[in-house]
Amino acid sequence: MYGKGLRALSLATFAALTATFALVFFYAPLDADQGFIQKIFYVHVPVAIVTLCAYVVGAIFAALHLRTRDRRWDLRSYVVIHIALIFNIIGLLTGAIWAKASWGHWWVWDSPTLTSFLIVFLLFATYQPLRFSIEDPERQARYASVFAVMAGAFVPLNFIAVRAATATVHPRTFGSADGGLPAQMAWVFVVALVATVLLFALLCAYEIAAKQTKWQLRALRRRLLGGEAVAPLGRSAAPALGGPDGGGVSAGGGGSAPRAARNPAGAAS
Amino acid sequence: MSEAPQTEPRTDAAPRGASDPPVPPAGRAHATARPMRPSMALLRKDLLLERRTPEAVPAMLLFSVTTFVLFHFGLGRDEVSGQLAAGVLMVTLLFAAILGINRLFVSEQEEGGFDGVLLAPIDRTALFVAKAAALFLFLTLVEVVTVSAFAILLLGPSPWPALPGLAVVLALLNLALAVVGTLVSALAIRTRARDLIVPIVALPMLVPALIAAARAAAPLLAARGAGALPTKWLAVLALYDLVFGLLAYAVFDFLLED
Repeated sequence: MYGKGLRALSLATFAALTATFALVFFYAPLDADQGFIQKIFYVHVPVAIVTLCAYVVGAIFAALHLRTRDRRWDLRSYVVIHIALIFNIIGLLTGAIWAKASWGHWWVWDSPTLTSFLIVFLLFATYQPLRFSIEDPERQARYASVFAVMAGAFVPLNFIAVRAATATVHPRTFGSADGGLPAQMAWVFVVALVATVLLFALLCAYEIAAKQTKWQLRALRRRLLGGEAVAPLGRSAAPALGGPDGGGVSAGGGGSAPRAARNPAGAAS
Repeated sequence: MSEAPQTEPRTDAAPRGASDPPVPPAGRAHATARPMRPSMALLRKDLLLERRTPEAVPAMLLFSVTTFVLFHFGLGRDEVSGQLAAGVLMVTLLFAAILGINRLFVSEQEEGGFDGVLLAPIDRTALFVAKAAALFLFLTLVEVVTVSAFAILLLGPSPWPALPGLAVVLALLNLALAVVGTLVSALAIRTRARDLIVPIVALPMLVPALIAAARAAAPLLAARGAGALPTKWLAVLALYDLVFGLLAYAVFDFLLED
């Protein structure tokens, strides 16, 4: 019912990740001056690229929500931004580790990518508090989409401003002057990027399926046990698709749901 | 995004005190529909409110001067110049603007101004234009005093040669603050924690504007005398204004639907 194709996506992601790690450790050559630590590049850079693209995708989904009033777009936007935030933290941590290893400091303000990454993280970290502070689910979805559209446009602008402000020392792995990556490294990098994209898509698909299943379960319980037996709905940062009686989950598309579905996992994050 | 054609120039959102001109005959109104008129009426109302019960502007002024005193002790310096001076000035203005952004829609929310705008047959973005213009004017007013205070209290080199360039930078910065501030204010006004939401959303979103403004103003305030205005940073600031201005104009409607 929900999560169609999850198994195929899981298997593809598992295979791609395994292939990536095998290639990174046994095939990709050691970097001439950075040595083994350079291999974090195959995690850090794909994660960073996927994060930034995901924020823009989240903004596009939010714009679609504003345009079509279809609440499923809000759910997708929420999930994409949620997973992108987690990837953002991973990107910041791996970036800090790489900075410590190659420049000797945990944080380097001269690196525009790292700096703009931090600023983008600080902005998107307010997405969930903003959602949580609005109770009406319909308004929550609308306001969150407005925020997501603005923040999505902010990502490239911020990057331009920060890049212009810093004298770059970031390893320009794709640098045009010195000829860029060796072919072997480039090849492994492409595999790593594909694996990271698959991982991102898989996590999003799982979260969407989990939320929809939870709402479906709630609707079924209400129908089976009666309205009083199911705990009342609490405030949540997560979007709600369920109707006032908890039913109509699968049809939840265009209809506006007056009440939120309880979702402790979303509220905690 | 705007669905309501502005054929009806009359707005009911203006208070009784505002000197509203008499409503023109309907036929004439259709012939000479002026799209900016509702915005002007709303702006006049805001300026009148601030003139009769000054609230945001005096608070922003006091806050900025206090911040200069804090910077004096925090940095342990009698005078600053160059990048440091630009940073101190711009950060102070940014934080002062947050105070104004917090207050921008409070009267609309508490006294039913939103309902007035929604009931009036005008485009909702008229409210955005009016509020952004009001914030722009408040900030300009604050800066006239704040920059003078900054020149007297903290700035090392003479402020006069820097003044024309600084005016350009501050005008572009004010535009950024007005556009983003109005949107964030409208976003936060109906949340449960609006005083928390405004700074945590607005500050990161204004980082690019701050970078550009501080870098653009730095050579103007240099200790050796005012240098040339860096056009690169003015361009970044103008790009920021343009992108967020258009975006905010496009999405503001969705914040005023209920």
